[in-house]
Amino acid sequence: MTEFVLDEVPDTIADRGVWSSLRVQLLFWVCSFVLGLLGLIALLPGPITKVFGQSDPRACDLRRSSQGPSSDHVFGTDLQGCDIFANVIYGTRTSLFIGLATTAMCLFVALIVGTIAGYYGGPIDTLISRLTDIFLGFPFILGAIIVLNSVRRPTPIVVSAVLALFVWPTMSRLVRGAVRAVRRTEYVHAASAMGLSDRRILTGHVMPNSLGPVLSIAATVVGSVIVAESTLTFLGVGLRAPSISWGLQLANAQSQFAQSPHLLIFPALFLSLTVLALVTLGDILRDALDPKGRQK
Amino acid sequence: MRAARTICGRVFELIVVFFAVTFMIYAMVWALPGDPVASLSGDRPPPPNVIAQIRAKYNLDKSLPQQYFLYLGGLFTGDLGTTFSGRSVSDRMSSRWPVTITLALTAWVIQVVIGITLGMIAGLRSGGLLDRTVLIITVVATSIPIFVVAVSSQLIFGLRLGWLPIAGTDAGWPISYLTPACVVALFGLAAIARLMRGSVIDTMQSDFVRTLRAKGIPHRRIVGVHVTRNSVGPVLTFVAIDLGFLLGGAVVVEGIFNLPGIGQLLFSAIRTREGPTVVGVGTLLILIFLVLNLLVDLVNAMLDPRIRRD
Repeated sequence: MTEFVLDEVPDTIADRGVWSSLRVQLLFWVCSFVLGLLGLIALLPGPITKVFGQSDPRACDLRRSSQGPSSDHVFGTDLQGCDIFANVIYGTRTSLFIGLATTAMCLFVALIVGTIAGYYGGPIDTLISRLTDIFLGFPFILGAIIVLNSVRRPTPIVVSAVLALFVWPTMSRLVRGAVRAVRRTEYVHAASAMGLSDRRILTGHVMPNSLGPVLSIAATVVGSVIVAESTLTFLGVGLRAPSISWGLQLANAQSQFAQSPHLLIFPALFLSLTVLALVTLGDILRDALDPKGRQK
Repeated sequence: MRAARTICGRVFELIVVFFAVTFMIYAMVWALPGDPVASLSGDRPPPPNVIAQIRAKYNLDKSLPQQYFLYLGGLFTGDLGTTFSGRSVSDRMSSRWPVTITLALTAWVIQVVIGITLGMIAGLRSGGLLDRTVLIITVVATSIPIFVVAVSSQLIFGLRLGWLPIAGTDAGWPISYLTPACVVALFGLAAIARLMRGSVIDTMQSDFVRTLRAKGIPHRRIVGVHVTRNSVGPVLTFVAIDLGFLLGGAVVVEGIFNLPGIGQLLFSAIRTREGPTVVGVGTLLILIFLVLNLLVDLVNAMLDPRIRRD
């Protein structure tokens, strides 16, 4: 349940040198390492869980219900006696998938809509910016609740699509801002003076140069979406039982939390760490792309 | 004259958005696969005449536009439909308003007061230990899902320490509302502190502050009056953005802490699979958001001459 607190896209478009300013930051490497590790976990959950003994998240033993961490089960077992570590590892894939899929869908729509609005201006621009203004701060959890409530079997892709429905306006707003900043630059004027077609100017010059600021926000959006998914699942409109996700584990842990806090702590730890890495990475990228906005 | 035009324009916009949002929600809810009548009855389908009767009662036998206009008509006459158990949705809501409003206002005061204070302190001593601590806390606070914070604080302050009530509103305001309000306020508080910090840093470096210094105005007065007034702009704008979060957070927090407000109605309706209640209450909350958003925007425009001009 995180709304976005987005700063405006910087007016100045950064030159080269972004990489050299990133390279020297320890925090950038820490975040990249954490995210790389999580990506690896999401790709190869099987071998990783095997290292710690219990490898099947669905192999549950009711006799060992809600036990604390032990050498057999490093993170303990849940109410059904399933290994929490295996579930957390397998849940990584679902959570990252939803975060990335939603953001990809939003980016796709936002790039088209935002570019058109930002480059051409006029009545289309007015319409789109008013629309995106309204969605700034829109309680998208409520919107998602209403829509998901009538979906019978929400799969990860359905949940992503519904979240994307409410997140894309925020991203379009940012693309529009970035494109407007690029449109005023000399090289775009030059390209249009040379008689290049709009399509070529847009795909060859405007889009690549306005992508940077948007991608830095995208990292933050992935994090927010992961939090939103877990909240929706917790409320009971998100993913359901055969799926494995952090949100589901957290939802199931709530009733048992007082007796066995490890049910909640481990999935929550993974989730928060992922989101923390994504949000921090987004912050670092934004600062690197906009030297003016760097923390003084 | 200009102001009147702006207000008319914004109200017109609101009306357009209102129709767009309600129709979008309505179309999506009914266009999606899954039959609400079938999901009502469990494994064994009811006889066809019962299905037909229920369909007629909830206007499900009519075309989509027809259904939508019937629904709109209901909305304007304060009729949000009836739940499947036969009670009217608006009836169930009337007694719940005070709880939600109290929660939202308490949370709002907490986040504005603490957020601005923290942001001021961090901004005035930027780079210091306290500044870094505030920055780290604000980032961490936004990366933990609200329900995890809610459940944990319920366990720690309610169950283990026993300082505050675990759930319900029996202890009255402010005791019962303290933990839930702090949980809802956490996200906004973090954002306000960050915004205020950046804004204070910018203001402290501006020319007019240097002039004030040169004129010999005491530091306390510069910070207390001039810097504060000139730095709260972004925070005021954020308050409008934050409304949506307060409303969404209220659903989770009222559910967990069992506060009998509007949010809890939505929370329990999801659990008991009462589609009409979920749609009715959810739509209403979104409409409230739209109206409040407009009001905050207009107030902002009146307060800040820079916004008023465009």
